[in-house]
Amino acid sequence: MAAKTLTIDGRQITAEEGATVLQAASEAGINIPTLCHLEGLYDVGACRLCLIEVAGVPKLLPACTTKVAEGIEIKTDSERLRKYRRMTLELLFAERNHVCAACVSNGSCELQTLACSQGMDHVRYDYLFPKWNVDPTHELFGMDHNRCVLCTRCVRVCWHIEGAGTKNVAGRGTKAHIITDLNMPWGDSDSCTKCGKCVQACPTGALFHKGATVAEMRRDRSRLEFLVTAREKKEWITAD
Amino acid sequence: MSKRIVIDPVTRIEGHAKISIFVDASGNVAAAEFHVVEFRGFEKFCEGRPYTEMPAITQRICGICPISHTLASAKAGDALMAVRIPPAADKLRRLLNLGQIVQSHALSFFHLSAPDFLLGWETAPAQRNVFGLISANAGLARAGIRLRQFGQEIIEILAGQKIHPAWAVPGGVRSPLSQEGRERIRAWLPEAFATTQVAFDLWKKTMETHQREIQIFGNFPSLFMGLVAPDGTWEHHGGKLRFTDSSGSIIADQIEVSRYAEFIGEAVQNSSYLKSPYYLPLGFPAGIYRVGPLARLNVCEQMGVPKADAELKQFKKLGCGAVTSSFLYHYARLIEILAALEYIERSLDDAELSSDCLRADAGINSLRGVGASEAPRGTLFHDYTVDRNGLLQKVNLIVSTGQNNLAMNQTVAQIARHYVKGGAGAIPEPMLNRIEHGIRCYDPCLSCSTHAVGQMPLHVRLIAPDGKVLGEVTRG
Repeated sequence: MAAKTLTIDGRQITAEEGATVLQAASEAGINIPTLCHLEGLYDVGACRLCLIEVAGVPKLLPACTTKVAEGIEIKTDSERLRKYRRMTLELLFAERNHVCAACVSNGSCELQTLACSQGMDHVRYDYLFPKWNVDPTHELFGMDHNRCVLCTRCVRVCWHIEGAGTKNVAGRGTKAHIITDLNMPWGDSDSCTKCGKCVQACPTGALFHKGATVAEMRRDRSRLEFLVTAREKKEWITAD
Repeated sequence: MSKRIVIDPVTRIEGHAKISIFVDASGNVAAAEFHVVEFRGFEKFCEGRPYTEMPAITQRICGICPISHTLASAKAGDALMAVRIPPAADKLRRLLNLGQIVQSHALSFFHLSAPDFLLGWETAPAQRNVFGLISANAGLARAGIRLRQFGQEIIEILAGQKIHPAWAVPGGVRSPLSQEGRERIRAWLPEAFATTQVAFDLWKKTMETHQREIQIFGNFPSLFMGLVAPDGTWEHHGGKLRFTDSSGSIIADQIEVSRYAEFIGEAVQNSSYLKSPYYLPLGFPAGIYRVGPLARLNVCEQMGVPKADAELKQFKKLGCGAVTSSFLYHYARLIEILAALEYIERSLDDAELSSDCLRADAGINSLRGVGASEAPRGTLFHDYTVDRNGLLQKVNLIVSTGQNNLAMNQTVAQIARHYVKGGAGAIPEPMLNRIEHGIRCYDPCLSCSTHAVGQMPLHVRLIAPDGKVLGEVTRG
């Protein structure tokens, strides 16, 4: 595969053709904030946290779905980008009911970590305080829609790693939400294999192990990456 | 080198209060009402949340006594799971509560109340606070602050952080006491005992010079309620309810906390967001009862530890049957600090506190669960009703300050009657301070923060029979 040479934050780097800017930056040790991206899953560019500036392109582009090209010049950090990232985070916080102090993921939440690292010290928008419920019907796991950021990691992991297709998205705009099968209580789902990959994938406290109390959720994302790598490299298939 | 301490802005207001004093036609005080003018709504917005979150949510009710809420909530969670928690978890929760009692009582005594009776009622408000105490007696103030710190350190050693720790959970606790933590507590104990002794010496001198306050600061007959062990020993986390009357007779005993609603009614008054619980069999308002240190010492027969038991004997001599003066809450608080220190000392040799068998695991086995614990200010109830999946359907919290509401009204009226005569409409500042102190005896959560730096936000109105406001003073 042909290599492409590009500039990220003033550094000349080389990346494989077809790689995303996020992959290229990551290999070069340049950190770009992400939320909906998860190693092992395909990207959808949903969260807009990984926005970058590309010279000559007036709009901001998500690094996770923008492919590298010969000679492009990219900025991953600028006052403009920081402003948009903070704004995006504030909108995420304003859209649902995120109460870190009482959350199972307090201290290990990607949304919380991003808010801290991006300097989001307050929310300028009116909180919507929507009425979302908690689905506690599954025997092992719970889903709190109040904490969901609609990154769709759970949907992608369920369809493309587990292959069960239990999780889906329904509704539009602020009414968009994650559903189980044909919008039924999770505990009634026939397709759910109880594998728990969605719980491992969730960046916030929206999906949790039942019985978990505040700050008790710890997730192991590397398991998902391990599964994908093993599958792609056919590590489980012997020669005979 | 001089240092400058700046407190700006002074905004740490845990509560806002208003007092109305009603004056009769001859200008004398007829009645008084203590209004809490803030609305929190915890009981409502907890609905729909999983019960596992409740110890963390409800402890946000207060920054001074979060431990009391987290423990009562965890106990309600145990009841929903219908489990008996591991013995080590129960001992660790008890140790946590003892730390909480020490820190809160030390705060009440040294920071909030001592400036009044050590510096004097007439002292200018600007000096009548913990900083004034530091100027007058730096050694005492430092010792008091350190005693509070000791209680806070116990909480941090056990639960990871001093305020709002997520440690007590339905079914038990998350971690044991470390060996290092055990030794830190042990090393600090002698200093804590010594400070408590200093406080006792000071208090006894104060009692000699404050006989009038003992007589008029909330000195009236009422019932008393608290948790006691099966043999009538002082309890703080466990045991069952006991009610006694002002003659010291037991009128109800060994009541399971889950049956509280058969004995406690909750009256709602239009004048306050604070509900007024009362002893149901006697009706409202005749069923007035008090909770907290004074009540716990009135309902128990012994403290169960030698030094505190010796003090309890002295304390009991101050009443005929029960000790009825609310000014003696301060004395009761010191005795409880002493008892807590003795219990802490005793527990340090218990190997079980290092056990890793700490948490019972179960789903929902009961749709209703009641947990009660003795908060520093009195018995605290958390009553949860959940669905089969553990989501809260109904929450009822009965907090200690609420249970003292009727008594606080009476205390304010009693003090006002003594100092407001002929109702000219003027409210002199020392009277305002005495009224504040009447409230402060109960150490209500409202006064927690602001008084520590000088002023409790207070609004006193003097109201004539026709409803006309004769005089008004606002502070804070």
